[in-house]
Amino acid sequence: MNLNKSLTLLGTAIGALALMVLPALAQDAPKIDSGDTAWMLTSTALVLMMTIPGLALFYGGMVRKKNVLATIMQSFAITCLVTIIWFAVGYSLAFTDGGSTNAWLGGFSKAFHNGVGVNTVNSLAGTIPEYVFSMFQMTFAIITPALIAGAFAERMKFSAMLIFMGLWSIIVYSPIAHWVWGGGFLGGLGVLDFAGGTVVHINAGVAGLVCALVLGKRKGFGTTNMAPHNLILSVIGASLLWVGWFGFNAGSAVASNALAGAAMMNTQVATAAAALAWMFAEWMIVKKPSVLGIISGAVAGLVAVTPASGFVNPVGALVIGIVAGVLCYISAAHLKKMFGYDDSLDAFGVHGVGGIIGALLTGVFADPAINALGANHSIITQAEGVIVTVVWTAVASFVILMVVKVLVGLRPSEQDEEEGLDITQHGESVNE
Amino acid sequence: MKLVIAIIKPSRLEEVRQALNSLDVHGMTVTEVKGYGRQKGHSEIYRGTEYAVHFLPKLKIEIAVEDAQSDAIVSAIRESAQTGRIGDGKIFVLDLLAVTRIRTGETGASAL
Repeated sequence: MNLNKSLTLLGTAIGALALMVLPALAQDAPKIDSGDTAWMLTSTALVLMMTIPGLALFYGGMVRKKNVLATIMQSFAITCLVTIIWFAVGYSLAFTDGGSTNAWLGGFSKAFHNGVGVNTVNSLAGTIPEYVFSMFQMTFAIITPALIAGAFAERMKFSAMLIFMGLWSIIVYSPIAHWVWGGGFLGGLGVLDFAGGTVVHINAGVAGLVCALVLGKRKGFGTTNMAPHNLILSVIGASLLWVGWFGFNAGSAVASNALAGAAMMNTQVATAAAALAWMFAEWMIVKKPSVLGIISGAVAGLVAVTPASGFVNPVGALVIGIVAGVLCYISAAHLKKMFGYDDSLDAFGVHGVGGIIGALLTGVFADPAINALGANHSIITQAEGVIVTVVWTAVASFVILMVVKVLVGLRPSEQDEEEGLDITQHGESVNE
Repeated sequence: MKLVIAIIKPSRLEEVRQALNSLDVHGMTVTEVKGYGRQKGHSEIYRGTEYAVHFLPKLKIEIAVEDAQSDAIVSAIRESAQTGRIGDGKIFVLDLLAVTRIRTGETGASAL
C-alpha cells in the first residue's frame, strides 16, 4: 500500500474509534433522570408530612388538653421558619463547598439559592434537579428541630422557641449536615449515616436533653396527673410518621433504585420488630401492653434503622429493631425516672438513645452486598461520629439557650404554665 | 314539689329511663359527672409513669316531681339502677320551691 492510502486508512480507523467513544463519554456525564426525580419529589412530600401533621399529632396527643394547640403550633411554626432559613442560608452552609474550610462548613455561594436554576444539579445528587435536592434536604432540616420540642413540651415560651430554633438551624443543624453529608470531615472519616441517625436523631435527642435540663421540670411534675389527653391523635401521628419514613429512608438513596427498595424493607422490618419488642418488654414489666408503648416502640425502631437503612440487610435490621425497642423502652420508662429529668415526650429517650444504637450498630451490621459504600464499616468510626455530634450539639444548644434566656426568657410564668399554653401563649383553646 | 337527684352508673341509664316512663314521669335532665364513694378508682401507666385516677364516670339524673310521687320514683330508680356492686350510687331528694314552663309561662304542678 502507498503512504496516502495507509494514512487514509489510519485516519478512518481513528475517526471510527472516536465516533464509538464519544457517545460513551456523553453517557458518563449525569443527566436528570425522570424516575429518580419522580421518586425524590414524592419522598420530599412524604418527609414533610412526617412533621405536619405526623409529629404535630404524635406530640399533640401526648400532652395535656390545655397545651395541645401550643404543641401542634410548635411543629407548624418550625416548618415555616426553617423553610425560609434553609432557603436563605441553610442549604448553602450545608451543601456547598466552603473552600479551605470545607471540612467544617460550606459557604454562602448559594445563599437565597443564588446560582441554583431550574435545570442545575448538585454534584451530590447528579440525577435530580437541584431544587428537588434542596427541598428534600429541607424537610430533614425541618423535622430535626421539631423533634427537640418534645423535650420541653408544655413549658417553653413560644417567642423563645422561635428564636432558639432559628439560631439552632443555622449553628447546629447545617454544620452537622455538612460534616456527614455535605463533604465535611465526618463523611471523610467514613462515618456511615444513610438517612440521618446522627444528623437528625442523635442531634435532636441530645439537644432535647440539654433543653430539658436547662428549662427544668414542669410545674407539678411528679405529683400532678400529666397523662396524654388523646392517644388517638398520637396513633394517627405515629402512623403518618411510619408511612412518611419511607420517604425519609428509602428517599435517602436519592434515586429510584434497588437500594431504595432495600432501605424500605429494612425500615419496615426494624420498625415492626422494635414495636413488638417494646410492647413485650412493657407487658412483662407492668403486666399490660399499651398503645402508647407500641407506637413508641415503632418510632424507636424507625429512629434506630435510619442510619442503617441503606447499609444493612433485613436480618441486621431485625436485630437493630429488637435492640432499639428494648433499650429505648428501658430508657424512656425507667432510666428517666432514675435520673429524675423531665424530658416530657422522650426526645432523648427515643431519638437520642435510638439514634446512638442505630449509629453504632450500623458499624456492626453494614453489609457490602447491600451497599458497597459500607465495606469499611467500623463501630469505632461510628462512635467517633456519635461523640463529635453529641459534643457539638450539646455545647452549642446550651449556649444558644443561654442567649435566648437573656433575650426573652425561656419559660412562661408559673401562672401561665398552670393555666395552659394554649390560652396564655396563643389565645385559643379546644374546650367547648 | 320535690327535686330528685340520682347519681347512677352510666350503664344503667336506659333501665332507669324505662322504669320512670312506666311511672308517667314527663322528663329528666342527665349530666355526665365524675365521682367516688366507696368504689376505688384505678391506675394508668404511661411510659413507666403511673397515675392514680380516683374519680369514676357517673351520670346525674335530675327529675322534678309532685310530693305524692317522690317515694315511688325513688324506689323505681333504686330498683332499676342497682347492680349489687359497690359504686351503684345515691339518690337525693330536695324541696323544690317553684317551677315555670318557659314556652307557656305555666307555674306550679302544671309545669312539671
